[in-house]
Amino acid sequence: MPNVLILGASSDMAVAIARSFARNKYDLELAARRVSRLEPLKSDLMIRYGVNVILVEFDAADTSHHALFYHSLLVQADISICVFGYMPDQHSAQQQWEETEKTIISNYSGAVSILNIIAEDYEKKKQGTIVGISSVAGLRGRQSNYIYGSAKAGFIAYLSGLRNRLYPAHVGVITVLPGFVRTRMTSGLKLPPFLTADPAEVGIAVFEAVRKKTDIIYVKWFWRWIMMLIRIVPEAIFKKLKM
Amino acid sequence: MNKKIANWGNYPVAVCDEIDFSLEEQLLPLIQGSGPAIARGNGRCYGDASLSETTYSTLKYDKVLAFDTQNGLLTCQAGITLDQVLEIIVPMGWFLPVTPGTKFITLGGAVASDVHGKNHHVDGAFSSHIADIDILVADGRVINCSPEFNIDLFEATCGGMGLTGLILRVSFRLKKIETAYIRQKQVKAANLEEIISLFEQYRHYTYSVAWIDCLKKGKDFGRSILILGEHATVNELSNKRQSTPLLLPDKKQITFPVNLPSFILNMYTVRAFNFLYYHKNIKREINRVVSYEPFFYPLDAILHWNKGYGKNGFVQYQFVIPLESRKGLIEILTRISDRGMGSFLAVLKVFGKQQSMISFPMEGYTLALDFPVRNGLFSFLDELDRIVLNYGGRIYLSKDARMNPEIFWNSYGNLDRFMETIRKYNPDYKFRSFLSDRLLLTKN
Repeated sequence: MPNVLILGASSDMAVAIARSFARNKYDLELAARRVSRLEPLKSDLMIRYGVNVILVEFDAADTSHHALFYHSLLVQADISICVFGYMPDQHSAQQQWEETEKTIISNYSGAVSILNIIAEDYEKKKQGTIVGISSVAGLRGRQSNYIYGSAKAGFIAYLSGLRNRLYPAHVGVITVLPGFVRTRMTSGLKLPPFLTADPAEVGIAVFEAVRKKTDIIYVKWFWRWIMMLIRIVPEAIFKKLKM
Repeated sequence: MNKKIANWGNYPVAVCDEIDFSLEEQLLPLIQGSGPAIARGNGRCYGDASLSETTYSTLKYDKVLAFDTQNGLLTCQAGITLDQVLEIIVPMGWFLPVTPGTKFITLGGAVASDVHGKNHHVDGAFSSHIADIDILVADGRVINCSPEFNIDLFEATCGGMGLTGLILRVSFRLKKIETAYIRQKQVKAANLEEIISLFEQYRHYTYSVAWIDCLKKGKDFGRSILILGEHATVNELSNKRQSTPLLLPDKKQITFPVNLPSFILNMYTVRAFNFLYYHKNIKREINRVVSYEPFFYPLDAILHWNKGYGKNGFVQYQFVIPLESRKGLIEILTRISDRGMGSFLAVLKVFGKQQSMISFPMEGYTLALDFPVRNGLFSFLDELDRIVLNYGGRIYLSKDARMNPEIFWNSYGNLDRFMETIRKYNPDYKFRSFLSDRLLLTKN
């Protein structure tokens, strides 16, 4: 059976992605901090879908151990999905460097560190698919969310470059830009229901993107158009908006 | 996050702070960080049972923990819905030991309401099939309880409407099946006398329930269709189905698009519906083999059918009265037909014996009716409450949105023991709902 590695497997979105692949008979390697928390998820996936699941300890911030982590995996997965991320409260991130740094590590440098290693491996094998969950917040910085947004923007640029590099090696790189999703990360925010996806929809969308080898997906189709509008507003006007 | 929530009847609507959780480590901060709260699953109780200042949404706490496929023992976190459970167990040759008329309830809800099904007279309520429960109580401990350990907690949790704590995990015993099909028999009854004797005649059937026309008077008073079922064996299936006897039914669902204006439901439309429903069965008796889906969950095929009652919502009124009080049943049905307060869904069933602390079922006739919320309804239901009380019956809390505390305290037995257990595990009423406040179970 094909194998998927999920990095940052404890989030609501990761659970949905794991279920979506398990439903389609993929074995799973779930990587997260304090991974024993995910024993219930492991039994759930094995019983519901009859797939194999292993749990592996992984800390996105501990970049010095990323190579060891990857090379000690029992199987190097056919598909690696980088789901972890961290959204700070914008105001506290402005005032406390620790918050900003955590945001950059979780959403950008930690992801780059592990994906650099996976990309080497896939390039050599000339096969594999890498999926990165970024965010529409990375498409244009807004005052309400730009520290998170800028880290996600860096990740978007990274994935785009990686896709370009790995194209000759037939390794697919997929950028996922979910709009609002009902998850623990957004549970304090008031989200417009019509624009908000369920984690399950993200799970299905990611699986479909891998199957169809899409480069960039937005989960809910209208986000592509919303973001296009947001991006064409001239900076002279945009800087005056309260967004 | 504060949001407007209503349960299935769309009445009442309340603003609640909804908090969800998916990992064990979130539980302690959850209960320590919030005010009075009640667990809420998929919101399929009808009234205010799972509404409170704060609701703990269990829907993300939905993992399957263990499945002993040899002995049919399943252990899950409480937020899993029965429709997900069915998808796991049916292909392995197992079925729910007891299921209510919708599969969109959570396992935790099934325990807190101690749900019953069409097989109550044979298999009892859901609590009869529970091996054990883990429950988070107000002081932060997780306690395992069962019919053998921490018996008081177990008894007060089954049917206890979430007032003992947050149900986390449930292990329960499944029923072995050969096929995903039901051998169904429908028998028409011309009146109430006949339907009651048919229930008696067919009481050996595992599943039985009757649809009843509440608007008919005179000689047709109480005309009904008795619906009976047994799990079909492989031999009873058509050749085509025999090769895959445990195949899950297709998901054919339509969504009720909008709230209907409430005037659409009136005595005349209900009469027309009842006429068609009764006469669609031309023969007195019909026998066929059907998938479990239409047999157990006919309304689940229409998602959001509750919108058919308009935006004012509806209440479902379900009571049970003892077998010897058949006069009470007649009296209530007479009041309903006299007032023309018809209901599309009027369901009659005979419960078997049940010994429990606080659960709704008891041996007798149970009738469930839907009424759109409108002027005069609540005073009319107050009248019905009196009759139920006079005949020694009671009202189902999971469907209730309006009963007076006096009726409740006089109709449920064992309330002293129930209150004692609540005070032991939930001394400051950390777990409380608008229902428990209304019924003065948790009013300080």
